[in-house]
Amino acid sequence: MRVQGKWAFLQRGLRATAQRALLGLATLFVVSLIIFLAVSLLPGDTAEALLGHDATPEALAALRQQLLLDAPVQVRYLHWIAGVLHGNLGTSLSSGRQIADLLSQRLPNTLFLASLAAALAVPLSLWLGIVSALHRNRLADRLISGVALVSTSFPEFFVAYLLIMVFALKLAWFPPLSIIQPDTGLLDRTYQTLLPAVTLTLATAAHMIRMTRASIVSLLSSPYIEMARLKGLPARRVILRHALPNALGPIANIVALNLAYLVVGVVVVETVFSYPGLGQLFIDSVAKRDIPVVQAVCLIFASTYILLNLTADVIAAVTNPRVLHPR
Amino acid sequence: MAIERPDSISRRQLLARGAAALVGGALGASPGAGAVSASSPRRGGHLKLGLEGGAQENVLDPGTYSTQFMQVIGYAWGNGLVETGARGELVPELAVEWSSDPSVKTWVFKLRRGVLFHNGKTLTAADVVYSLNHHRNANSRSLARGLFKEVVAIEATGESEVTITLSSGNVDFPGLLTDYRLLVFPEHGDPNAGIGTGPFQLERFEAGVMATARRNEGYWKSGRAHVDSVEILAINDVVARQSALRGRLVHFISRPDPKLGALIRRDPRFTWLDLPGAQHYVLPMRCDVEPFRHKDLRLAMKYALDRADVLSRIYSGSGQLGNDHPVPAFDPMFSANVPLHSYDPDKARFHFARSGHSGPVHLYVSDAGFSGATETATLFKEHATRAQIDIEVHRVPADGYWSAIWRRKPFCAAYWGGRVTAGLMLQAAYTTDAADNETCWRRPEFDALLRQAQSELDTQRRKEMFHDLQMMLWEDGGALVPLFANRLYASTSNVTGLVGSPYFTAFRAAEQLYFTG
Repeated sequence: MRVQGKWAFLQRGLRATAQRALLGLATLFVVSLIIFLAVSLLPGDTAEALLGHDATPEALAALRQQLLLDAPVQVRYLHWIAGVLHGNLGTSLSSGRQIADLLSQRLPNTLFLASLAAALAVPLSLWLGIVSALHRNRLADRLISGVALVSTSFPEFFVAYLLIMVFALKLAWFPPLSIIQPDTGLLDRTYQTLLPAVTLTLATAAHMIRMTRASIVSLLSSPYIEMARLKGLPARRVILRHALPNALGPIANIVALNLAYLVVGVVVVETVFSYPGLGQLFIDSVAKRDIPVVQAVCLIFASTYILLNLTADVIAAVTNPRVLHPR
Repeated sequence: MAIERPDSISRRQLLARGAAALVGGALGASPGAGAVSASSPRRGGHLKLGLEGGAQENVLDPGTYSTQFMQVIGYAWGNGLVETGARGELVPELAVEWSSDPSVKTWVFKLRRGVLFHNGKTLTAADVVYSLNHHRNANSRSLARGLFKEVVAIEATGESEVTITLSSGNVDFPGLLTDYRLLVFPEHGDPNAGIGTGPFQLERFEAGVMATARRNEGYWKSGRAHVDSVEILAINDVVARQSALRGRLVHFISRPDPKLGALIRRDPRFTWLDLPGAQHYVLPMRCDVEPFRHKDLRLAMKYALDRADVLSRIYSGSGQLGNDHPVPAFDPMFSANVPLHSYDPDKARFHFARSGHSGPVHLYVSDAGFSGATETATLFKEHATRAQIDIEVHRVPADGYWSAIWRRKPFCAAYWGGRVTAGLMLQAAYTTDAADNETCWRRPEFDALLRQAQSELDTQRRKEMFHDLQMMLWEDGGALVPLFANRLYASTSNVTGLVGSPYFTAFRAAEQLYFTG
């Protein structure tokens, strides 16, 4: 009976996951459609953006023909989607290089920056959130909330410039720019990436701290926590074994959202630190109306959101059976 | 950092048959000779440059170059036929001398002998013809294609001689060959390979990120290529560039911000370079549509702007006042006898009333037009108010500016990098059939006079003709030219050697700069 119950539970979980994955794919499709239309609605075209304002009309016409820019939007879209379904992201209109090539350089850089920022931000936020919850409405809590809210309220570029001023120019502990090359070693890479990662940590931590605090606080007043306390369990055990597992669902959601932000929201930070990641690629491509590259980057961004949300949902379901057993 | 101004006249007699006047009256100065600095440049070191304008679409094909990052990389691996000197004069590079027939239609360029490409091949006329035709072919995507509009044929007429035939005479033609996109690469070679005759051999190139190169030990040009290796970093954000310099991560940066750069300016560990150039900013008025069909309205606008105020308040004085024509003061054809259009609200009011226009004048600006365009427009509005002229400023997005606003709206903002000679500049934007005639000002008498001036061999007579051309633009033209913008650079104080050419400033930074200690 028990075994059968577990099996049914797993099956239901798998089905829910598969359903969400399919929905994710549908979302990706819609996203690609919207982006394609949006970019083609922008004024100006790739040929003009590429050849600059002193291009001759003949050169423009030749380039348009070469890039199939004269074909109607739907034809170009079908052409593109057919390629993607065959695993071919196409070539960049502006540089003529394979998009997979471009991404293979930029994507790992962005993922590295995001992972480093996540490795700093997630444990730090959880810890500070728990500390806040335990000392709620006391000095430590106020201090943590205050600092976190201030740091998140400043625009990222301001925080970045501040960090550069103090840690790169005054103290000279870190470089003011991140010079990352494919053969840069892990240690050097971490060192070069630390300031941007700290900037991102400061930008995202407040959200996670506040959510962790709120979830734990709401649990701390529930009867079973009171029971645990009355049993005489140490505070640490009460929090880690009894409260935290039940708060994981909502926390996972917020963490996922912020992790996604670390990947897709790095445009400003990448520019300030001259970091060669996806954000810079994205800006260049929009400015040059390089639709295939914009599409590819958008697909990556959208997939990041979808995957991370899916993971958060699964975590929420695993830690809270009520999600899978709706009454 | 001291600027070297080569003052010595060329060792060679450049132009045979007394045709020196053909190249704008300028004789070439040999590169690197006559350096002001007492000691000869020190060899060695690893030079790092932080430049703007890197983008993912960067490729090594010189036909695609348009920003400082690629322009400097280009002159690190390649050479052109002609280079520009400290005063904007033409200096022989891969071409040692040039001359034309009296009709100025047929030009013969003698090439330097014994120059080797990085791959060991010897430079011949065939390579030059191939490299130039790369831009000229019918299906070429090159941005330099427009330069060859009047070229009929490019032929190798000897092992080291190239003959170029034009459809109409043009004394300014050798000036066209100073364009930074006309780098020479081997015949049948890949323009994307970065193999040339230049001071450095490329080791690594990453689009929009960086390039590294080490010295070409067999470099033919004497007194250049001092450092062992060079690293060129794309740093597009101006604050990041300045931090990189202050953090001594790079030795030289392009385009620091005059306002944000105060710290660098005051600091003796750095040198601030403010070099007059041919780059100018324009507020083009379209003469073919209302309301600017009327000359008086154009004049009203020219008098209603306080250029000196714009120059000092927006550009911190880093520039020269413009006078509604594109000829810079150092150009040999510049006429000092054109009276200056200065701020005069009374004259502005008078011409405005005479134009019969009523209501506001609409101006469309974005900083994509030129940096500081939005602030300039705001000041302009204030200045014009004193002449009781209402200028309505429309801020438009930078994205898509060149296709949606420029040449579409009757009044907007645009920058021009300038051309090596006055004739080429006027030809590029002010003649009836110029592709970039942004003001749509079309005067057959102007076109005819320019054509005549461009085939006039007597310098004095040409100067007179150019004076008349500048007067026509000054009085009647549709371009409101507030100022010529200086080129700004900054470096650590132990780096020197930049030749301050007013055209293509610092494009050859890699081969010119060296460490003093």
